[in-house]
Amino acid sequence: MRHAISVLVENKAGVLARIANLFSARGYNIDSLAVGETEDPTISRMTIIVRGDERILEQIEKQLNKLVDVIRVSDFLETEHLERDLILIKVTADKNSRLEIMQIVDIFRAKIVDVGSNSVIIEMTGNEEKIKAFVEIVKPFGIKEMVRTGIVAMGRGNK
Amino acid sequence: MKKTGAQILIESLLKEKVEVVFGIPGGVFLPTFDVLYDSPLRFILTRHEQGAAHMAEGYSRASGRIGVCFATSGPGATNLVTGLANANMDSIPMIAITAQVATNLIGNDAFQEADITGITRPVTKHNYLVKDVRDLARTIKEAFYIAQTGRPGPVLIDLPVDVQKAECEFSYPAQVDIRSYRPNYQGHPGQIKKAADLINQAQKPVLYIGGGVITSGAHKEIMALAEKAQLPVIWTLMGIGAFPSAHDLSLGMVGMHGTYSANHATQKSDLIIAVGARFDDRVTGRLDKFAPGAKVIHVDIDPTSISKNIKVDVPIVGDARIIVGELVKLVAKKTKMTDWHKQIEIWKKDFPLTYKKDSKLRAQYVIEQICEITKGNGIITTEVGQNQMWSTQFFKYKTPRSFISSGGLGTMGYGFPAAIGAKVACPDRVVFDIAGDGSIQMNIQELATAVQNKIPVKVAILNNGYLGMVRQWQQLFYKRRYSGTVLSSGNPDFVKVAEAYGAVGIRVEKKSDVRAAIQKAIKIDKPVFLDFKIESEENVFPMVPAGAALDEILQGVA
Ligand SMILES: Cc1ncc(C[n+]2csc(CCOP(=O)(O)OP(=O)(O)O)c2C)c(N)n1
Ligand SMILES: [Mg+2]
Repeated sequence: MRHAISVLVENKAGVLARIANLFSARGYNIDSLAVGETEDPTISRMTIIVRGDERILEQIEKQLNKLVDVIRVSDFLETEHLERDLILIKVTADKNSRLEIMQIVDIFRAKIVDVGSNSVIIEMTGNEEKIKAFVEIVKPFGIKEMVRTGIVAMGRGNK
Repeated sequence: MKKTGAQILIESLLKEKVEVVFGIPGGVFLPTFDVLYDSPLRFILTRHEQGAAHMAEGYSRASGRIGVCFATSGPGATNLVTGLANANMDSIPMIAITAQVATNLIGNDAFQEADITGITRPVTKHNYLVKDVRDLARTIKEAFYIAQTGRPGPVLIDLPVDVQKAECEFSYPAQVDIRSYRPNYQGHPGQIKKAADLINQAQKPVLYIGGGVITSGAHKEIMALAEKAQLPVIWTLMGIGAFPSAHDLSLGMVGMHGTYSANHATQKSDLIIAVGARFDDRVTGRLDKFAPGAKVIHVDIDPTSISKNIKVDVPIVGDARIIVGELVKLVAKKTKMTDWHKQIEIWKKDFPLTYKKDSKLRAQYVIEQICEITKGNGIITTEVGQNQMWSTQFFKYKTPRSFISSGGLGTMGYGFPAAIGAKVACPDRVVFDIAGDGSIQMNIQELATAVQNKIPVKVAILNNGYLGMVRQWQQLFYKRRYSGTVLSSGNPDFVKVAEAYGAVGIRVEKKSDVRAAIQKAIKIDKPVFLDFKIESEENVFPMVPAGAALDEILQGVA
C-alpha cells in the first residue's frame, strides 16, 4: 500500500538521518521525500511517500513517533487530503514542435519558464497521476532533464 | 562567572548527583580530564572502553541511578558501541560522553575522528553533538532526562575539544521541556477497566512480567496484583527478581530455556497479562503457535512494543507501577485454588528444573551453592551462553536489581565489567559474575580495573573448555560437529591470570570443594577468580528448539 506520511520535526541537524534510518534499517526505499520549514521556523515538516507491508509501516510510524525530535506523525491513508508535486522538465523543442508543446502546456495548466535555442523548460504542479500523464505526453518530443521537488500533502478542511 | 565547557560538564554531572565515571582519556579529552583531576567525581580508569560502558550499565542496573562513561574520540568512542547497543536493547539508562576533534576539523578525516553520533544513532535512545558551549548545560540536562524517563536508554553526548575549552556563563537549568518528547505515564482508565474485567473473568490467567517492572519499581504492585487475583507469575530474563522465585505463584522464566510449567502455562492460558515485557522471539517460540487460546493485555511504556509480535487485545500505554497499582484496586479478590492452579502445581512437581546429582562437578551445583551461601542476597551478573541460562535457573532470586545480564543483545564479555559497576554501586553486597571460559576472556583486562580500584568482585568461571552454548546446538542439531567451538587447549590458567593481575585465583576440580571455595572467595577482600572445571559436555535443559512452539520442549536428562 502507498502511504503519504507527514512528520512534524524539530528543525535540527541529524533529524533527517534518524528518520531515514528507520526506513533503511528495514530495507525500505522512500519513494519521495519533501522537507521544509513550517509557519514556525523551528519546526520542519517532512512528507514521506513510501510503499510497504501494513504492519511494518505501522511499526515504522510508531517508531517515528518515538524519536525524540519528532513532534507529530500523521498518515494520510484514510484522510481526505491534497497532494502536490512540482516538476521542472527540459524538453527538446525546435521550431516545428514548439507550438505543439505550448498547446500541451496550456491544456495541463503548466508553464514555460525558460526558452533556449532548441529546448524549453516547463514547470508544472499536480498530483502524481497528473504529472505522470504529462510526462508521458511530452516524452515523444525528447526529455533532456527532469527534476521534482517531492510530494507534499495537506489534509482538507478545518482539521 | 564564566566557565569552560570542561568545567560546565563536570559541574553539571555533579548537579545530576553523579558520583562516579568510568572511562579512558585521550588527546581531545584533556581539558575535561584536567578539571576532573581535582573534582569530587570519582573516576574509574578502565582498560577498554567497552568495559567502561558495561560498568556504567551495571551501575545503573544495580542501583536504579544512572551510570556515566567517558571515551575519547575515534577508537575510544567506537569501542563504546557494543555497550551502548547493549543498554539500548535492555532499556537501561546510561550517559556516554565522548570527546570529539575540534569543530573546524569535523568531517575532515582528522586524526582520531569518528562520526560517533552517526555511528551510534541506531543504538542510542538519543544523541547530541554539541558545537556551541552555550548549549552544553541544557544538553546535559536533556540527556539525563531523556535517558531516565519513558522507556529508558543510553544517551550519548559528543563534545569537541574546542567546546571543552570555550567559555560562557554557566547556570544549570532547573527543568527540561522538550515539546517533542513527553512520555505518557498514566494509563487510559477505560483500558484499565477493560483489563480488570478480563482478569476477573479469566479461568487460566498468567501474569507475564519483564524488565519494565524493575525499571518502574512496580514489584510491590505486581505482588499485590498476583496475590489478590491469584495469578500465576512467569517472567522474562529481564524480569528476573521482580517477583520472588520461591513464591507459591512463581512458575519461573518463560521461553527457550524457560521452565516446563511456565511454558505450558503460557501455551494453555486463556489470558496473558504482560507487564513491561515485549514478547521477544526467545520468549514466544514459534509465533503462530504461541498461546493459541489466550487474550492478551499488554502494559508498556513504549507503544512500539505493543502489538509488534503478538496481537494485543487490551493495550495500555503507561508506567507499570501506576497502571498495575490501578489494576490492583479493580480486580476481584480470589482465594480458592482452581483447577488451573492444581494443573500448574502438577507441572511444577512433575517437571522441576533439575540436573544429574552425581559426584561430578556440575555448573548447576556451583550456582546452587552460590545461591545458598549468599542466602540468595548476592547480586549475580552473567556472561552469555550456558552460564547465563543456568544462572536464570538455579539461583533463587528474591529482589529486583539482583540479576544483571545481557538480555536483548546477548553480549559475551558483559558480565564481568557489569559486576564491577554493580559492586561500585552496591559496595555492601556480594557481587558474583557467573562466567563462561569463553566470555570472561572478552573483557578479562578489566581485572586490572578491579584490582587498582579495590573492587572485590567474584568471578565464578564455569570452565567447560567450550563455547558451550554453541557447542550444545552443534551437539543437538549439527551431529556433534564442534566447528569453531573448542576453547580448551587455548584457555589460559585462570588462577595464574588472576595472580598476575594481583587478584586471587582459586581452582576447583571436585564437587566436594565447591562450598569451601565459594566461602573463601567471599571472605577475601579482593577480586577473586574461581576456576570451576565443570563437566564439559553438559547441556542446558529444558530447551525449546528455535522455531518450535513453546510447549515442544526437549527435557534432556534428569
Ligand atoms: C560478543 C559475542 N560473540 C559471540 C556470541 C555468540 N555466542 C553465544 S554463546 C557463545 C558461547 C559462550 O561461551 P562461554 O562463555 O564459554 O559460555 P558457555 O556457554 O560455555 O557457558 C557464543 C560464542 C555472543 N553471544 N557474543
Ligand atoms: Mg564455556
